[in-house]
Amino acid sequence: MTASVLSVMFAAVISNNIVLSQYQGICPFLGVSKKLSSAAGMGFAVIFVMAISAVFTWLVYNYILLPLKIDYLYTMAFILVIASLVQVTEMIVKRYSPTLYSALGVYLPLITTNCAILGTANSAVVFSSYAFIETFAVSVATGVGFLFAILLLACVRLKTDRADIPKCFRGFPITLVTAAIMAMAFAGFAGILA
Amino acid sequence: MDKTKIKETFLGGIIRNNPTFVLVLGTCPTIAMTTSLFQAFAMGIATTFVLIFSNLFVSLLRDLIPDKVRIPCYIVIISTFVIIVQMVMQKFMPDLYTTMRAFIALIVVNCIILARAESFASCNKPLYSMIDGFSIGLGFTGALCLIGIVREFFAGGAFAGMKIPGFPAMSGTGASAFGFIVFGCMMALFNFVIQKVNERKEKMKAASLPLSGGKAERLGEVQV
Repeated sequence: MTASVLSVMFAAVISNNIVLSQYQGICPFLGVSKKLSSAAGMGFAVIFVMAISAVFTWLVYNYILLPLKIDYLYTMAFILVIASLVQVTEMIVKRYSPTLYSALGVYLPLITTNCAILGTANSAVVFSSYAFIETFAVSVATGVGFLFAILLLACVRLKTDRADIPKCFRGFPITLVTAAIMAMAFAGFAGILA
Repeated sequence: MDKTKIKETFLGGIIRNNPTFVLVLGTCPTIAMTTSLFQAFAMGIATTFVLIFSNLFVSLLRDLIPDKVRIPCYIVIISTFVIIVQMVMQKFMPDLYTTMRAFIALIVVNCIILARAESFASCNKPLYSMIDGFSIGLGFTGALCLIGIVREFFAGGAFAGMKIPGFPAMSGTGASAFGFIVFGCMMALFNFVIQKVNERKEKMKAASLPLSGGKAERLGEVQV
C-alpha cells in the first residue's frame, strides 16, 4: 500500500501534474506567475488549503453525505466547505502570523475559485474514493505539483517578458505556448512509473 | 425596454467582453474540454445554461442578499444549477457524463459565472441579466468550438467526429500539450485582428483629422 501511495504521489507531482496534464488551476497559474515571489506565495497557500480541505471534505463526504444518502450534493457541500475553510484560514493566519498574512495577501481569498482545490477534492474523495491517508497524501502531492509548475513558469516568464516578441503574442499567448512546452516535458516522465 | 441596451448587452459578451479571448476567464475547461468539437460544444452549452439561470436568480434576489455574505449565496445558487446539469447529463447522456464529469463539477468554480454574477447580475434587472448570461455563454461556446475544431483537425485528423482520410492522428503526449499551443495561438490571432481593426480606425481618424484640426486652429485664432 505504501508503494502505491508513493507512486500516486510521484505521479501527482510530476507526470500527472495538476496544471500541466489535468488542466486544473490554470487561472492562477497564468495570472499569478508574473513575479517569482507572488508565485511562491500562491503555491504555498494552495498546498496548505488543499491539505486541510482534503481532510474536511473527506470527513463531510464519508460521515455526513453518504450516511444521509445525499451524496449527489457533493459539489455544493465541497465548495461551501472550501470557501469557509479559506475564510477561517485567513482569520487564523491574520491573528497569529501577520507576516505570513501580508506575504500571502490577496492570494488567500482567491484560492476559493481555484478549480484545482475543488477538482482534487472531487477526484480523490468522490471519483477515486481513496482512504483517508491516501486522500491527504495525494492532496499534498498535488499542491506540491502546483507549486513546482507555477515556480518554473515564473522563472521562464522573467525571460520572456524581456524578449522581443511579436506584439500580438505578448502577455497571455506566449505564456500559454511556454506552458505547452512545459507540459510536453512533464508528460515525458510518464514512462517512469509504467 | 431599452432596445439599445439589450443590443449592447447581447453583442458585448460575444466580442468586446469575450470571456475566453479578452477577459481570459475560465481557462481550465477551455483547454481540458476542447479535444473534440462535440465535447467543446457540450461543455459550452452546460456552462451557458448555468450562466443564464444563475444570472437570473442572482438578479431576482439582488435586493434580498446581504452584501457581506453575497459570495457564498452566489456559490449556492450556481452550484444548484450545476447539480441540475449533472443529474440531467447522468440520466440522458451517461457516456458523455463519465468522460466530462470532472469538469462539469468544476463549472461551480468557473470564474466567468461568478464574475458575471458579481459584476453584472447583482446590479441589473433580471431580463438584462439573462441576456448577458446568454451572450457571454454564446461567446464562451463559440470560442470553445473554434478551439475544438482546430484541435480535432490537427491532433485527431477528424472533423466533428468524422475521420478525414489520409490525415494521421497525433499520439498521446503531443495531443495533451497541444491544447495550450492552440489556445495561445488563437488568442494571438484574436489580438492581431483587434490590433489591425484599431489601426484602421486610427487611420480613418487621422484621415479625417485635417478638417477637425483646421477647425480647432481656426477656433484658436478666434480666441487669440
